[in-house]
Amino acid sequence: MRHWNGRQAALALLVLALLVLCAVTAAGWLLGDRAMVTDFSQKNLAPGGDFLFGTDWMGRDMLSRTLTGLSLSIRIGLLTAGVSAVLALVLGVAAALGGWVDSVVSWCIDLVMGIPHILLVMLISLAFGKGFVGVVAGVALSHWPSLARVIRGEVLQLKGATYVRTAEKLGVSRLQIARRHFLPHLLPQFLTGLVLQFPHAILHEASVTFLGFGLSPEQPAIGVILSESMNYLTTGKWWLAVFPGLSLVLVVILFAAMGEQLRRLLDPASVHQ
Amino acid sequence: MEPILDVKELSISFTQYGRGTNQVLLPVIRDLSLTIGPGQVVAVVGSSGSGKSLLAHGILGILPYNSHMSGEINFLGQPLTQRRAEQVRGKEMVLVPQGVTYLDPLMQVGPQLRKGKKDPQTRARFRGVLDRYGLGEEVETLYPFELSGGMARRVLIATAAEAAPRLVIADEPTPGLDARAARRVLGHFRELAEGGAGVLLITHDLELALTIAHRVTVFYAGVTIEEADGADFAAGKLRHPYTRALWNALPQNGFVPIPGAQPGPGEGGEGCPLAPRCPRRRPECLGKIPYRPLDGGRVRCLYPEGGDL
Amino acid sequence: MKHRLFFTGKKLVRMVLLLLGVSLVAFLLMSASPLDPLQTNVGQAALGTMSQEQIAKLEDYWGVNDPPAQRYLGWLGDFVRGDMGTSLLYRQPVSQVIGQRLQNSLWLMAFAWVISGALGLTLGVIAGANRGKLVDKLIRGYCLLISSTPAFWLALVLLVVFGVWLGWLPIGLSVPIGVDAASVTLADRLYHAILPAITLSITGVANIALHTREKMADIMEQDYILLARARGESHRSIVLRHGLRNVALPAITLQFASISEIFGGSVLVEQVFSYPGLGQAAVNAGLGSDLPLLLGITVVSAALVFGGNLIADLLYGVVDPKIRRGVAKQ
Repeated sequence: MRHWNGRQAALALLVLALLVLCAVTAAGWLLGDRAMVTDFSQKNLAPGGDFLFGTDWMGRDMLSRTLTGLSLSIRIGLLTAGVSAVLALVLGVAAALGGWVDSVVSWCIDLVMGIPHILLVMLISLAFGKGFVGVVAGVALSHWPSLARVIRGEVLQLKGATYVRTAEKLGVSRLQIARRHFLPHLLPQFLTGLVLQFPHAILHEASVTFLGFGLSPEQPAIGVILSESMNYLTTGKWWLAVFPGLSLVLVVILFAAMGEQLRRLLDPASVHQ
Repeated sequence: MEPILDVKELSISFTQYGRGTNQVLLPVIRDLSLTIGPGQVVAVVGSSGSGKSLLAHGILGILPYNSHMSGEINFLGQPLTQRRAEQVRGKEMVLVPQGVTYLDPLMQVGPQLRKGKKDPQTRARFRGVLDRYGLGEEVETLYPFELSGGMARRVLIATAAEAAPRLVIADEPTPGLDARAARRVLGHFRELAEGGAGVLLITHDLELALTIAHRVTVFYAGVTIEEADGADFAAGKLRHPYTRALWNALPQNGFVPIPGAQPGPGEGGEGCPLAPRCPRRRPECLGKIPYRPLDGGRVRCLYPEGGDL
Repeated sequence: MKHRLFFTGKKLVRMVLLLLGVSLVAFLLMSASPLDPLQTNVGQAALGTMSQEQIAKLEDYWGVNDPPAQRYLGWLGDFVRGDMGTSLLYRQPVSQVIGQRLQNSLWLMAFAWVISGALGLTLGVIAGANRGKLVDKLIRGYCLLISSTPAFWLALVLLVVFGVWLGWLPIGLSVPIGVDAASVTLADRLYHAILPAITLSITGVANIALHTREKMADIMEQDYILLARARGESHRSIVLRHGLRNVALPAITLQFASISEIFGGSVLVEQVFSYPGLGQAAVNAGLGSDLPLLLGITVVSAALVFGGNLIADLLYGVVDPKIRRGVAKQ
């Protein structure tokens, strides 16, 4: 087997992670019905041959429940990360144009960053009446500040760059400048920022759901599963918490690794490595 | 007399990514050879972007991790391995770097020079060195950002002179200084050479280099193209067309510019890098060109000046 | 000196304005909530059996009928005079609830803050100074793993391992059940805070270590490190003398910025260990629509965060010679 260089390995990892995540999403979607099936003759079974992740106090298959929960988490993660990244892009670019807009956006960034993250997600979720809408709004509306700050800085730097100023002086149209000079620099930043939002979004969704501010208890979300498991842990039903949580960690790691590899591929400074 | 530094066919290259996932090897310095004897000042002259600083880093063994070095370096008669470089640097072999960014911005000059030693002997020794360069006691408590350009330069020389080195490598020691200050700085290097050390002066400024250099090696696009005596320049005894052009580009010699631009690293093949700009080029200049002795110096040209056309 | 005072004053004014903004945003979000506090706290069934008068009285108590603007201004007026209102759930003054809870949480958060800061800095410096080597890969791997782990799940796992299986540490609560609050010893308190504190510290390390590593790796590529190497300084001496010194400034910022994260983590961890701290109170207040309490906790936690930022800014002025000396010259 030939030795892969850094970029080829990064690309391979990226594709692999993407495939696994797609598979989990699809599997969870398909298993959605099975996750709801209760069978009291099979309740409280420890992990084994028939039930890899065991069953809960209602005899539900924990593997199906976990996959369904993960699938839901991933879809919510995509939605919220997408919304907050677009929000960050719009606000970051607007702020970089300067003037009072910059003051207002910068103030908002400071304000949002001043409230501990989980508290803010709780508050927004409450405002939207909790549930699916609440948690999506909470995560989407609270994750934009750091990326907005990065984009603002990037645009400001580009605006001051000599070649952009020269292009302006030469009478190149603003649209042309935006397309030829800003887009190629901003796009990698934006894409990396977007992918790096996924892990945070998924973790926060699970956290607020766990606390009771997110998805409703009827939904097979990971946060719900783990919060319910707390009632059974002291009686030794460790598998109710360990496997669903571990699966969540794996999914989040995959997203984080994807972001990391994407950064390695898109960062201009990485040509030397 | 045994040379202090003897470099033979030194090459330095970098691994980089090209388009997509392709890795390419980027040569920055090719086939560099030079010799420095005791008390000798040897200047390596080349325009910016020709990879001169890497020569200094390569000799000292402080190249970045993605670089590769090949060739032979002998220091005081013995091969200079990475391990030996680590042992001798800062002692027998010292670097005078380009500018104030080479000083820790958050550390006062005094403690920085002393490398953490606090005993009275060390203090006294460094006091002496700083005195030699006209730097008073108050300088020791200044931070790098509080130094003027000339002061910073003298502090940098002091970091090197303190060790009583056998070899001083000065990397572009004069930019940003006016002519008088620059000459004074070069004077300090001459003093070090007069004390028996060898000095390797890396610079883009031919005129200034000629004021103290005994030998001059001219560098073009990562390749050594000529080695000459300092006196050869004024005597018009130059061998390579580029050296001639460099000399003619000096203000007092007519300010004649050279048309075209120096190729970047990795551009151009194994032939003469000057070929695209050279008025005397022939088709065979695109092949491999030997570095051969000529008239008391060396030249990498098939049809050198003064030779038969 | 005058300049420093001016700088501090400006920062303070900004901080007060931001706090005002935080309280307004938090209030608006809470009053926008479609959730009915009566439904959540009294219950549909109980409401059905009540008379109109009783319901009206309850509505009055939970402040359902007052117009939002009036409620906010009323709250703000009281707040300025030092009165944070009365908690609807605990039926105590909010300041008293927060004071008590904060005391419990402060133990936890201070411990985790110091441990995660010190450990994060150490790991980050080691990783950054040895970029690409095995130790760097191990530290980065650990950080990736931890930052991908939800704090509450880590708490659950530790609880299962040390509380249920090994039985070494208590399962919850900051004091033993059924013991009079006055007779709780310091040892009891510490004993019950061990697991929550460890969980919080473990999760806090990752972020600080990763960011410190980036900064350190950056520093190791600077010119002055090159000269230090050329002058024959050992790797160890370079890291300790130049690396640590230069990483100190970003480390200050990171350390104080982590307050927000530690607080967020404490909300989750306290919930798992049923530790009666500020985080648990926040969850209860949120679930029970206790507007005055949640508002109070939000403002207090934001004040902690902004206060941390302010301290970091002020420390910068003391540590960075460019600011210290530069200002002295003006």
